[in-house]
Amino acid sequence: MVDTYRLRSPLAHLHLDARAHEEADISGTGVVMKEIPYRGLINIRGDAADSAFVDAVQKAVKLSPPVDANTVAGKANTTRIMWLGPDEWLVITSPQGADRAMKALWKNLKTDGLHAAVTDSTQARTCIEISGPRAREVLQKGCSLDLHPSVFGPGQSAQTIVSKVAVMMTQTAAARNGDPTYELYPLRSFATYLWTWLEDASQEYGLKVG
Amino acid sequence: MFLINCPFCGEREEKEFSYGHEAHIARPENPENLSDAEWADYLFMRKNTKGVHLERWVHTAGCRRWFNMARNTHTNEVLAVYLMGEQPPKEIRDMIDGKKKS
Repeated sequence: MVDTYRLRSPLAHLHLDARAHEEADISGTGVVMKEIPYRGLINIRGDAADSAFVDAVQKAVKLSPPVDANTVAGKANTTRIMWLGPDEWLVITSPQGADRAMKALWKNLKTDGLHAAVTDSTQARTCIEISGPRAREVLQKGCSLDLHPSVFGPGQSAQTIVSKVAVMMTQTAAARNGDPTYELYPLRSFATYLWTWLEDASQEYGLKVG
Repeated sequence: MFLINCPFCGEREEKEFSYGHEAHIARPENPENLSDAEWADYLFMRKNTKGVHLERWVHTAGCRRWFNMARNTHTNEVLAVYLMGEQPPKEIRDMIDGKKKS
């Protein structure tokens, strides 16, 4: 059995690093896109009305699973919990934090009489971040949800379809200049299609790879 | 294309959902006691309603939960959405009964 292997992001073959713009100045650019690979994605299931379950999750990742539909608990770029269904959530961690979160969840939820499930789905998906003043217009070309900040603001999430691809999507805290930033989590085999589609849809606004 | 109000996620486009056929068909408790005709009736025979139809849907691209829906098959109007294990709201039952009587 192979104990270690080389991680390879589903978009590695696009060599996005080589295209990334170093300078912070994005004036004249409508859309900035980048891949954030290897984030920890842990699916948890349990009963939000069971305080033992909520306490165990809270103990493991210092956050309670959100009970409001289509929301995310926690701050951008830290450990977060995304609502996926009435009894299902996704714990999103940094690439380094995945193992620790998995072990902590497993340890705390493996309690007698507690009905829960923890599944590491880290390598099932990657994260595409899209921001910039025209990011919303790009997404709106392939997504039927109303993404206006008054409806889909920071901390909101959705599982929906963007140009035929089922994605988990969230808006993180607004960027420095007030523009919204979206994170899309497609399954890895759809990542190339979604990236190239987004890139094509962004052309008219001016795109930079971040 | 029409909108469906997922009981968990809220209003979404129909393309996010999959159709699960007629609702409220209970699996016979003792299939071994049924005749072939009775078993075939359970397996295959479905209403082909023009009007109010009770059916199952699943939010495939969203929360992946199943639920029941009352839809007018003629107009595609979604009349009610209710959870698995629940019976349709009274006004829907009245609509169906009223149609039967007329």
